[in-house]
Amino acid sequence: MNLEQLYDTLKKSQEKKGAFFNKDKDLVFELLESLQLNKERYGYMACPCRLASGDREHDKDIICPCEYREADMAEFGTCYCGLYVSEKVKNLEMEPTYVPERRPAEKIL
Amino acid sequence: MDNCDCIPKLYGISTCSHCRAARKLLDKYNIEYDYIQVDDLKGEEREAMIKIIKALNPRCSFPTIEINKDTVIVGNKENDIKKALGITR
Repeated sequence: MNLEQLYDTLKKSQEKKGAFFNKDKDLVFELLESLQLNKERYGYMACPCRLASGDREHDKDIICPCEYREADMAEFGTCYCGLYVSEKVKNLEMEPTYVPERRPAEKIL
Repeated sequence: MDNCDCIPKLYGISTCSHCRAARKLLDKYNIEYDYIQVDDLKGEEREAMIKIIKALNPRCSFPTIEINKDTVIVGNKENDIKKALGITR
């Protein structure tokens, strides 16, 4: 699947869940490319902005879309790496802000 | 690249856009820094590096930027980075 196909596939499936791609398309494609790279490197789409351990089971909380996306989008308007934004941000009703790391530090190996 | 303590250190991940943006910012203002790409490290070297980062930034998130012994900036916070480096432009 090339990046355009990945973009279209994810756009459909994730918008249903209230997660919209960042309007910065360059950033989105940069992150999608990183997700594909992580898929090749680790065997799973580890979040591009987190340190993956290489152990799928251990990292299931940061396989994109990560377990922290919902809470981060609700609080900050965006997910941790900036790939997805909330409906409010998409509708320009909210400005996304910096997202501090929600993942417990002991999980980072 | 010598590893003296006097220049900033940026701990990052190869795939992280925030890390890339922070590096671009430092390059834009010709700031010399040591870049440690943590996802390239393995085994004991990686464990040791994670320990160092957790001492600077308990969340162990990226980028972690050690400006100097007293100032650590977590995340690509452009204004904080520029202020810490005395960049006014």
